[in-house]
Amino acid sequence: MAEKKLMKGNEALSEGAIRAGCRFFAGYPITPQNEVPEYMSWRLPQVGGAFVQAESEVSAINMVYGAGATGVRCMTSSSSPGISLKQEGISYAAGADLPIFIGNIMRGGPGLGNIAGAQGDYWQATRGGGHGDYRCFVMAPNSVTELANFPHKCYEVSFKYRLPSMVLADGILGQMMEPVEFTTPEVDPKTLTEPAWALGINNGRAKRIVKSYDLKEGGVEIMVNERVQRYKAIEAAETMYEEKMLEDAEIAIVAYGISARVSVAAMKLARERGLKVGLFRPITLWPFPKARIVELSKRIKHFIAVEMSLGQMVEDVQLALNGRSEVHLYAKPGASVINAEDVCNVIEKIVKKGAKEYAAAK
Amino acid sequence: MYQGIRISGFGGQGVISAGYLLAQAGMMEGREVSFFPAYGAEMRGGTANCSVVVASEEVTTPIVLQPDTVIVLNEPSLAKFEPMVKPGGLLIINTSLVNSKPTRTDIKILNVPCNEIASELGNAKVMNMVAMGAFAQATGAITIDGIAKALPKVYKKLKPEVIELNVKALKRGAEYKVN
Repeated sequence: MAEKKLMKGNEALSEGAIRAGCRFFAGYPITPQNEVPEYMSWRLPQVGGAFVQAESEVSAINMVYGAGATGVRCMTSSSSPGISLKQEGISYAAGADLPIFIGNIMRGGPGLGNIAGAQGDYWQATRGGGHGDYRCFVMAPNSVTELANFPHKCYEVSFKYRLPSMVLADGILGQMMEPVEFTTPEVDPKTLTEPAWALGINNGRAKRIVKSYDLKEGGVEIMVNERVQRYKAIEAAETMYEEKMLEDAEIAIVAYGISARVSVAAMKLARERGLKVGLFRPITLWPFPKARIVELSKRIKHFIAVEMSLGQMVEDVQLALNGRSEVHLYAKPGASVINAEDVCNVIEKIVKKGAKEYAAAK
Repeated sequence: MYQGIRISGFGGQGVISAGYLLAQAGMMEGREVSFFPAYGAEMRGGTANCSVVVASEEVTTPIVLQPDTVIVLNEPSLAKFEPMVKPGGLLIINTSLVNSKPTRTDIKILNVPCNEIASELGNAKVMNMVAMGAFAQATGAITIDGIAKALPKVYKKLKPEVIELNVKALKRGAEYKVN
């Protein structure tokens, strides 16, 4: 095993993208993701890649659209307000079936909000964010090691199914340091075959066009329906989750990213207090692991969503369960930090005292 | 073993680098570790703080809200972080710069005149290492030797004689015991 290295989350995400074959990055600074462009600016030239500090988030995403259209593994990153600015470009990339990769190190919002870690962009990431009917493949790491290894999976899915992918993390994960292990294989872009749609030097081959529009009657309907088939394939094959102590659990915490991390502490505390609590952690937020939650509902009565937002992921839990079990919400918006003991106390209130105030809105 | 630590002081006192160093040392000793700096509006002369976890099990809370140990290097940090210490936990106070006395009676107090010791050693910059030495000795979460070995990994440009001075500071800090 390689020596473990202490790395900052943002740096691990950057290095992970490069190891996964990323050779073009365009971005614009914003806290708390500044270490990503900073790292890319010196590291990409070392591997023959290109780094551009764009004049804005809007130009950065469009530069990445251009790079993506040539079939190169490319990336942009930002934090919440900057990701909002990129939405038009993401929608265009989705409409042009481009496999671009985006990092969002979320901070408090809405608006300029604050610079601390938050999870308020769940809806934006999983529901489109930009206009039109589309999906992005969204992964939620809960450690620096996952930040380092998820770009590999994102590129794999993005290129196989031709859609944008996103790592949705937060300022805590981006700023913290942890020992990192790179477990995914290193990708040399020279060994990758050029996609059949990629633009580039046309040495007499058939003309290729990358575009997100079709003005023929029924044209876009055909495009979207074709894409829906790929979305279904992703839902069937690429959904990921993690479970902890659910074997005998009567109560399941559902949490992703940094909240899932803190929820482990809450789960351990609850177990000490004799409550049979387990943890269900969605790793892909889209596709959301609906089928597994439904299976779990056969024996789990209470699902408690724990998230650093006003309650966004909880809606996916409710959609999946469709009334099968009780759904509760422990919400911490505004980039407030979740305290494991508070979560444990809430679980205790719900289970032992039948508290109603945490019931998720129906 | 699960040691959640908060270190707080003026920007420039080596608060962030001391936290990074502890995490590096913990990792090299085979522990699970995390380091989280308060980031953003910090500046030289303002207050800075960081969270470190050194544990024998999975790190669950990288932002330490109920620290097992708090290390305060300046006056404003005492008022802010003393209330957070877990009952039965440890509060290490740099008495060179903290004039107020702690009020808690349910925690252990370790007074260390970090700046005076650093001055005696001839370099004011090693004051944070005096505090780290006291921490290592009092908690056993990490060894002085482990911190010494981590020094060249974190401060890559340090000359051998400066590393030696830092090790001296660690050892001087370790001479202080909980009252």
